[in-house]
Amino acid sequence: MLLQSLIGGLIIGAGVSLLLLGRGQLAGISGIFGNTITGNFGEGRWRLAFLAGFLLSPVLAYLFTHQWIASNIQLSLPGIIIAGFLVGVGTQLGTGCTSGHGVCGLGNLSTRSLVATVTFMFVAGVTVYIARHVVGG
Amino acid sequence: MGALIAFAAGLIFGIGLLLSGMTDPQRILAFLDVAGDAWSPALMLVMGGAIAVALPVFAYARSRGNSLAGQALARIDRKTITPRLVIGSALFGVGWGLSGICPGPGLLIALSGQSEPLLFVASIAAGIYFYRAFLLPRTVAAVADPAGSSVSG
Repeated sequence: MLLQSLIGGLIIGAGVSLLLLGRGQLAGISGIFGNTITGNFGEGRWRLAFLAGFLLSPVLAYLFTHQWIASNIQLSLPGIIIAGFLVGVGTQLGTGCTSGHGVCGLGNLSTRSLVATVTFMFVAGVTVYIARHVVGG
Repeated sequence: MGALIAFAAGLIFGIGLLLSGMTDPQRILAFLDVAGDAWSPALMLVMGGAIAVALPVFAYARSRGNSLAGQALARIDRKTITPRLVIGSALFGVGWGLSGICPGPGLLIALSGQSEPLLFVASIAAGIYFYRAFLLPRTVAAVADPAGSSVSG
C-alpha cells in the first residue's frame, strides 16, 4: 500500500514536470480550477485541456480496475459546506494548495511555497487534533 | 500541441493521484492525525515522490528559462512572503483538516456522482467566487502586495 502511494507520487511528479517542461506552466489544481470556472482558460486554453485530462483519469483507471471512483467523506453536510468554502477561499488567498505549493512549489525550491506548505500542514494537523481528540475525544 | 501536452499532463497527474490512494479523505486524515492510533506516512511518500521527480526537472526548466517548445515559463514568485499567503494557507489548512480533501482529490471524487463530494466542490467554487468578488478587489488595490494578482497553485 505504501509502495503504491510512492509510485503514485512519482507519477504525479511526472505529470507536473511534463506541464512545466512541455508547456511552461505550473500544475496547481486550485489555480487551474479557480481560473477555469471564472473564464480564464489561459493561452491556448491550456487550463481547460489540463482539467479535461485530469477528469478523464478515473475513466482510464476504470478500464483496468472495473471499479468507478467512490467517495468516502465522513462529515456532516454543514461541515462539508464550511470545509469546502474554506478550501476555496484559502487556496485563492494563499495562491495555492497541496499541488501548487506542496508539490510544484517545493519542487521549484520556492521559500514562498515552503512557508505556505508548512502553514497549511501545521494548521490542518491542529484542526484534526482538535476535531478528533479535543471536541470529538 | 500545447493543449495536447497540457491534456496529457492532467491525465498523468490524475492517474498518479488515483494510484496514490489520496482521493480517500480518511487516508489524508490518517496522516494529519499525528496523535491517532493509526498514523499513516502515506501522504509524505506521495508528496516526497512527486517532489523528488519535480526537483531536477524544475531546475532544468529554470536553467533553460523556457519550455521545450520555446514558451516562456510562467512568471513564478518564489520569495515574497505576505500576510495573505499565510492567512490564506491557514484557512485552507482548516478546511483541509476538517474534511481531508484538497482541490485535486475533491474534483476526482465528485465524479463518483455522490452528493457529498459534489456539495464539497460546489462549496469550493462558492469560496472562489466569494474571494474574487470581495477579497481580490481589496488585495489588488493594496500595492504593497505585489504577489496579489497571481494565483499559482
